[in-house]
Amino acid sequence: MAAIVAAGLSKIYPVAVKEPGLRGTIQHFLQRTYRQVKAVQDVSFEIQPGEVVGFLGANGAGKTTTLKMLTGLIHPSAGRVNVAGYVPFQRKPGFLKTITLIMGQKQQLLWDLPALDSLRINAAVYGLSDREFHDRVDELTEMLALQGKLTQPVRKLSLGERMKAELLAALLHQPQVLFLDEPTLGLDVNAQVSVREFLRQYNQRYGATILLTSHYMADITALCDRVLVIHAGQLIYDGSLDGLVDRFAPCREVRVELAHPYPPDKLAFYGDVEAVDGQVVRFLVPQEDLTRQVATILADLEVIDLAVTEPPIEEVIGRVLKAGVVA
Amino acid sequence: MNRLGRISTTLVAVYYAYMVEYRAELLFWVLSGSLPIILMGIWMQASQTGQFALSAVEFARYFLAAFIVRQFTVVWVIWEFEREVVEGKLSFRLLQPLDPIWHHFASHFAERFARLPFAIGLIGLFFLLYPQAFWLPSLGDLFLFLLVVNLAFALRFLMQYTLSMFAFWLERASALEQFWFLFYLFLSGLIAPLEVFPPLVRQIALWTPFPYLIHFPASVLVGLPVNLPQGLLVMGIWSLVLFFIYRWLWRKGLQQYSGMGA
Repeated sequence: MAAIVAAGLSKIYPVAVKEPGLRGTIQHFLQRTYRQVKAVQDVSFEIQPGEVVGFLGANGAGKTTTLKMLTGLIHPSAGRVNVAGYVPFQRKPGFLKTITLIMGQKQQLLWDLPALDSLRINAAVYGLSDREFHDRVDELTEMLALQGKLTQPVRKLSLGERMKAELLAALLHQPQVLFLDEPTLGLDVNAQVSVREFLRQYNQRYGATILLTSHYMADITALCDRVLVIHAGQLIYDGSLDGLVDRFAPCREVRVELAHPYPPDKLAFYGDVEAVDGQVVRFLVPQEDLTRQVATILADLEVIDLAVTEPPIEEVIGRVLKAGVVA
Repeated sequence: MNRLGRISTTLVAVYYAYMVEYRAELLFWVLSGSLPIILMGIWMQASQTGQFALSAVEFARYFLAAFIVRQFTVVWVIWEFEREVVEGKLSFRLLQPLDPIWHHFASHFAERFARLPFAIGLIGLFFLLYPQAFWLPSLGDLFLFLLVVNLAFALRFLMQYTLSMFAFWLERASALEQFWFLFYLFLSGLIAPLEVFPPLVRQIALWTPFPYLIHFPASVLVGLPVNLPQGLLVMGIWSLVLFFIYRWLWRKGLQQYSGMGA
């Protein structure tokens, strides 16, 4: 049975509309008008137990709204959703003990107290015995390299340490389905890598299902084999990361080292010039023209070295999100 | 220990630790509840020139008792709940298998213990300055007071938590509390003991929940005559009514919740 099922999921919000200026303010006060915003429209997908899936989309595309419906925080306007055999919005204890939601920009730990105090509350709420509590805290502390940090007030921790402590708090009850919304937001590169590594370990050790949104493509490429792409509330892609490249960027990157610089207008003739760095030029060439263009470059220009690679995934995804390329 | 017992003790212990982090703030909170002490002076002065149901010493004891009751029953949950709804922080609470009301109730309950030493200090200071007003309630009255003041706290909490539910629709539900506070101020006995109200107003007030929040427990403590069965009955009925309204609003409100900003 699938761990997560969304079928025809939609969410429509009423949003108050206000014109600028004093007149708009008075009108807004006396007679408020609302506009219906379709945050998520007819989204369907299934995620199998143990899968790690990336959820991509520009700001406001509907990622967080979808996560909120999947975690039972908000009621869908239409459609069906099932997570670990439960209807999320009913918020049954069995469901709440199975899932967790981690939001990079929000925190659940009590700011002025050591994280351990908040963890004690979580242990009591989730019904963990003292033994389970200590074992799990020890295990997660080791996985997250948080030794000695849990007894310091949360406000004294660095951003990276705080995020790790948040992860610990959110995973203390050993959830089987993890929803992560920008878990590495604002972290430095080292902290990002350790959070990523931890999530990979957690997935392997407990066979947990993970649905992850991130603006850092490195999170997605490091953890996810499959991605869902949402644009303007609609799911526009559901498949492998490699497939995303083939589908939305059927081109190759040709990196050429030239014997001497050429004027930009001459270079443009051979393909889409991505970057010029002294004598090194990177072209983006459609796959079907690749052989012909490479032959032309070799024939026309003085080439020292030439390499053909796939374009970086960040670039492809960036283009998809920017243009909202719909299949 | 069963699950509920463990949750209660853990919540109270952690929130107590949280509250004592702010020692200076606590002292100011205690002082901010000293309106009855100010009113005491006014009423004692007035009692020397006019005919009132209470003597100057009885006024002093009543308002000191009102001050003590306020220390036990002060509630601010609407501001906390409103912020949680508006900032989307309620989401974390909703993700846990425990109704969010228990977090708020435990933090209020724990705060009582944190402010107790400051309040006792102030009471001691009061008797030092005005020894004529000193009295010791009988053991029976003291136990009865502890029961009634706890019920008053629960009723006050439930009252404000029910109003908090409007944050799902209004976002600034605290405005309702400000309006509601007006009735609380006059009908609870905070400004004047019910004994000085016109008889008809007093009779009507006694069927509202307000006098049971201050006047009733304060009267029990100082030994003024009270109708105990009626008092407990009215408190019980209002608690039930408010509980059902709160649950209904909670269910409706959750369908309205959009988890703003989170």
